[in-house]
Amino acid sequence: MGSRFCRFHRHFAMTEQRVSYTLDSTLETVDSAEQAATRIATDNGFDEDEVMQIAMAVREAAVNAVLHGNAYDPGKKVTLDFERTGRDLVITIRDQGTGLDPSKIPDPLAPENLLKTSGRGIFLIRSFMDEVQIHPSQTGTEIKLVKHVHGPTEGGKEASQ
Amino acid sequence: MSLKITTRQVDGITIVDCSGRITLGEGSVTVRDNVRELLSKGHKKILLNLGDVGYIDSSGIGELVSAFTTVRNQGGELKLLNLTKKVHDLLQITKLYTVFDVKEDEATAIKSFS
Repeated sequence: MGSRFCRFHRHFAMTEQRVSYTLDSTLETVDSAEQAATRIATDNGFDEDEVMQIAMAVREAAVNAVLHGNAYDPGKKVTLDFERTGRDLVITIRDQGTGLDPSKIPDPLAPENLLKTSGRGIFLIRSFMDEVQIHPSQTGTEIKLVKHVHGPTEGGKEASQ
Repeated sequence: MSLKITTRQVDGITIVDCSGRITLGEGSVTVRDNVRELLSKGHKKILLNLGDVGYIDSSGIGELVSAFTTVRNQGGELKLLNLTKKVHDLLQITKLYTVFDVKEDEATAIKSFS
């Protein structure tokens, strides 16, 4: 509903319920995704701490998509969707990699893993978002992040499912 | 956006003042290169002052862990100083707060090195 793809546009108006970005598999994409998340979370009335959490979750998901999913492949894209429903901000990040199996990610809080230098991204995402769904497939991984809106909702123009 | 680092020596301790973000790419690499350079010069007592680091991602956390273990494996000590709330909270939820030796004031931190 109302989905549209564009290269990257800077303004997210509250009247738009859904915004999509298609991005290259580069480090710049990670920063762009984080900046878009910061802007959109702010526009949707989240407080400063929540904005930071959402932005960091999106950043970590983008890192996974660019580095681990698409492995910097210039022929593969990362798509990033932000959708505001009545009480949620729903963010979906997709890559075109071989599929991330979340069950194979070691617990970063286990004593034997505490001093590992990587493997904390998904953990941080789960810590910061209210709901996280990971859908791996042979054509890529989709991760859906949900943050509940606690303040007054802007559901008047809510997109129907 | 990028990380700026300056170093100074106080009573045989190398204080590394960090300002900016420690994230994938530039910030993490800056920390890594700086710590390696200090170790190569024989500076093994390192105090990372993160007072002006308001943001760190999982890559940056990994870089701090790497610096900590690298210094320790060479017989040195690496401690953290002046964590901002955001960095403090991240180290708490990743259970790294008790792994690192975290100090709140510089004078106490300097005296704590063996």
